[in-house]
Amino acid sequence: MRKIFALVAVLVAIVALAAGALVRRDTDPSPTAALRARYVKKASSSVDHSRFPELKRTFAEPQQVTEACISCHNGRAEEVMRSSHWNHERGEYIEGRGVRYIGKRNVLNNFCIGVAGSRESCNKCHIGFGWGDKPFDLASARNVDCLACHDASGTYVKKAGGAGYPDTGVNLTEVATHVGRPQRATCGTCHFFGGGGNNVKHGDLEMAQFDTTRDVDVHMASDGANMSCVDCHTATKHQMKGKSYSLSSMNRNRVQCEECHGAEPHAKEILNEHTLKVSCQACHIPTYAKVNPTKMRWDWSTAGRLRDGQSYEEKDARGDDVYMSIKGSFVWGRNVKPEYQWFDGTASHYLLGDPVEKIPVPLNRLHGRYGDPDSKIVPAKVHRARQPWDEQARIMVQPKLADGKPGEGAFWKDFDMNRAAREGMAIVGLPYSGKLGFVDTEMTWPVNHMVAPKGQAVGCAECHTREGSRLASLTDFYMPGRDSNRWVDGLGRLAIVLSLAGVVLHAGARVVVSRRQPDGRKDR
Amino acid sequence: MRREYVYKGFERFWHWTQAALILFLALTGFEIHGSLAFFGFEQAVSYHSAAAWALLVLIAFAIFWHLTTDEWRQYVPTLENLREQAEYYTVGIFRSAEHPTRKSAVSKLNPLQRLVYLALKVLVIPVVVTSGLLYMFYRYPQRLGVEALNVEGLTAIAVLHTAGAFFLVAFLIGHLYLITTGHTLSSNLKAMITGWEDLEVEPAPAAPASAEEVAA
Repeated sequence: MRKIFALVAVLVAIVALAAGALVRRDTDPSPTAALRARYVKKASSSVDHSRFPELKRTFAEPQQVTEACISCHNGRAEEVMRSSHWNHERGEYIEGRGVRYIGKRNVLNNFCIGVAGSRESCNKCHIGFGWGDKPFDLASARNVDCLACHDASGTYVKKAGGAGYPDTGVNLTEVATHVGRPQRATCGTCHFFGGGGNNVKHGDLEMAQFDTTRDVDVHMASDGANMSCVDCHTATKHQMKGKSYSLSSMNRNRVQCEECHGAEPHAKEILNEHTLKVSCQACHIPTYAKVNPTKMRWDWSTAGRLRDGQSYEEKDARGDDVYMSIKGSFVWGRNVKPEYQWFDGTASHYLLGDPVEKIPVPLNRLHGRYGDPDSKIVPAKVHRARQPWDEQARIMVQPKLADGKPGEGAFWKDFDMNRAAREGMAIVGLPYSGKLGFVDTEMTWPVNHMVAPKGQAVGCAECHTREGSRLASLTDFYMPGRDSNRWVDGLGRLAIVLSLAGVVLHAGARVVVSRRQPDGRKDR
Repeated sequence: MRREYVYKGFERFWHWTQAALILFLALTGFEIHGSLAFFGFEQAVSYHSAAAWALLVLIAFAIFWHLTTDEWRQYVPTLENLREQAEYYTVGIFRSAEHPTRKSAVSKLNPLQRLVYLALKVLVIPVVVTSGLLYMFYRYPQRLGVEALNVEGLTAIAVLHTAGAFFLVAFLIGHLYLITTGHTLSSNLKAMITGWEDLEVEPAPAAPASAEEVAA
C-alpha cells in the first residue's frame, strides 16, 4: 500500500511539473488596455486661439503669422532653430570620423539622391520660409514655419517648388486661429511622402495611416489606440525624440517600444528571453507597405528617355509609376517581408566626397553583431538602386535635378545627366571628371511602424526552420531549428544506420541458425 | 527454472516512465532540430521543456532510490566474464550456447550491461541533462548582468545536446533488440513489465560476482 502511495505521489509530482511548464500564465490584459486608455484621451488646447485678436487679422506674408505666434510663445522659435527639423542636420559622433555635422547637406540617398541644387523644390518639406538655392538665413526667427507642424485646420499646404512657403491658396487667418498639437496629418504631410510620393522611402509610413485599421498599424489605427506621431515622438523644447538611420549615426534620443511596454512584456518566459537579442519590431512587424506599395528598386540609368522629345511615364496595373523619364525605372513592393540585421543603435553613412570602397555602395550601414550585448536583430527595408557616380574619381554624384526653368542644367528639365552631374557637383563644391557612370547602391531603413496585432506576430517557425528562415542571412550565431553541426548530424546518422544494420544482421543470423537446428531452442 | 521477483515496483515505474519520456523527448527534440515535423516548432519546444522537467524529477527520485536501496551497486563495472559475455553475443548465441552470466535479483546485469549502463548514467545522461539545462538557462547571466558567466552563443551547448541525443537513439535501437536475447525472446520484456522472471538455476560456468563482492 505504501508503495502505491509513493508511486502515485511521484506520478502526480511529474504531471504537475509538466503541466506547470506547459500552462500559459494568464496575465491581466490590463498593461495594453491601460496604455490604450492613456492615449484615448486627446490633449486639448488650454486656450481658444480663434479668440485672439492677434490672430483674427489678415496676414500679408506667412512671416507675420510667426511673429504673432512668438509674441506670446516667446523663446519657442529659438528652440525650433536648434532642431534638426530646422537645420536639416545634426552634430553626430561617427566611429572613425569623429564629430561631424551630417544631414541633407552631405548625406546622399538612393531615391532622389540629394537636395543640393533642388532646394526650391525639396524644401517644400522644410519648416521655414524661403530656403531655396540662394543663401538662407538660418538665424532669422521670423522664417520659422510654426503652422507646418501646428496646423489643426487641415487646410495648410506648402507650395510646390516654393522653398517652404505656403501655397498661395492658403487662408492664413483660418490656419492661425486653428492651431494645436501636431497630428498624424501634419507630420504625415512630409514624412509619409519622402522620396517624391506616398510611401516611397520608408515603406512603413504612408498616407493609409492618416486613417487606418489595427491590421495595418495597432498604434495609429483609428479603430485602435488612435495615437498620433507625437504620442511616441515626444518633444522637449521642440527637440523631437526618434531617429531615422537614413540620416542618424548615434544611439541617442531614440523612441523605444520598451518605454511603454517594458523590456519583457510577454507572458511566456521563452519570448522574454528573445528580447535580449531580438528587437520588438523584428517579430511584431511581419510585413511593411501593407496598404500601398513602397519603392524597392530604383534605376537611374534608364532615366532621360524621351518620346517625341517629351518626357513620359509608364504605370503598372495598379497605377504606380514603373518608368518616369525624369527618374528612371522602379520596382515597387507591397506586404514586403523585412530584411533582418544586427543593430547596436549606431550607423555610418556615405558622406559627399567619400571614395567608393565597396560595390554595391552602402549609402548607410547599421552597425552590430551577435556577440555585442547591445545589438539586437531589427527588421529593415533595404532599398537598392543604380545611381550616377563619377567613374574616374570613384565618388558618388549629386546631380542637379529640379529647377523652375529649362537651360539651367537641371535633369528634370534638360534630361542631360552629365550636365546635371557637373552642375550639382559644382554646387556641392566637388570636382567632377565628366566620366559619368551608374553604380549599384543600397540603403537600409529600419522598419519601426505598422506594428501588427499580436496574433499576427512572426511565428517561431518562420525563423527556426531549415529552409527559408527569415533570419537566413544572419549567420554569426547558432539558432535551433535553422542550424545544425555537419559533423554531429553526419556521425549521428551514421551511428543510427550502423545500429540498425547491426541489429538486422545479428537478428538475421539468429533466424538462419535457428532454422538449421530444428531441435534447437527456436525461441532464442 | 525458478521464478524470481527481479524488478521492483518503483524500478519498473522508473524504467517505463523514463522510456516514454526519452522517446517523447527524442521526437520533440528532433523536431526542434529540424529533422522531423510533427507538432510544429513552437509546440515541440513547449512539450520538450515540459518533458525535460518531468524527466529531471524522475531522475531525482531514481537517484534517491538507487542510493537508499543500494541498487547502485548493480552498475559497478567488472572485468570478470566480460570476454565471455562478448563472445556469447558474437558467437555463442548462434550456437544455442548458455548465457555465460547468471541473472539474479542481486545481480541483474551482465558485465557488458554494467559497462554500458554505467556509461549512460555517468556520461551520456549527465551530458544531455547539463547541456539541456544550459539550453534553457544560458541567457540568464546576460539578462541578470552577470558578465562573468556570460555564455556566448549556443553552438557548443547545441553540439553536445544533439550528439547526446543521437547517441541515445543509437543506444535505444540496440537496447530494444537486445531485449530479445533473454532466456526466451520475450522473457526480458515480460520481466520488466511484471517484475517476475524465470531464471536458470543450474550454476553458471563462471559464477557471477554478487553485488557485495564486487563492491568489496
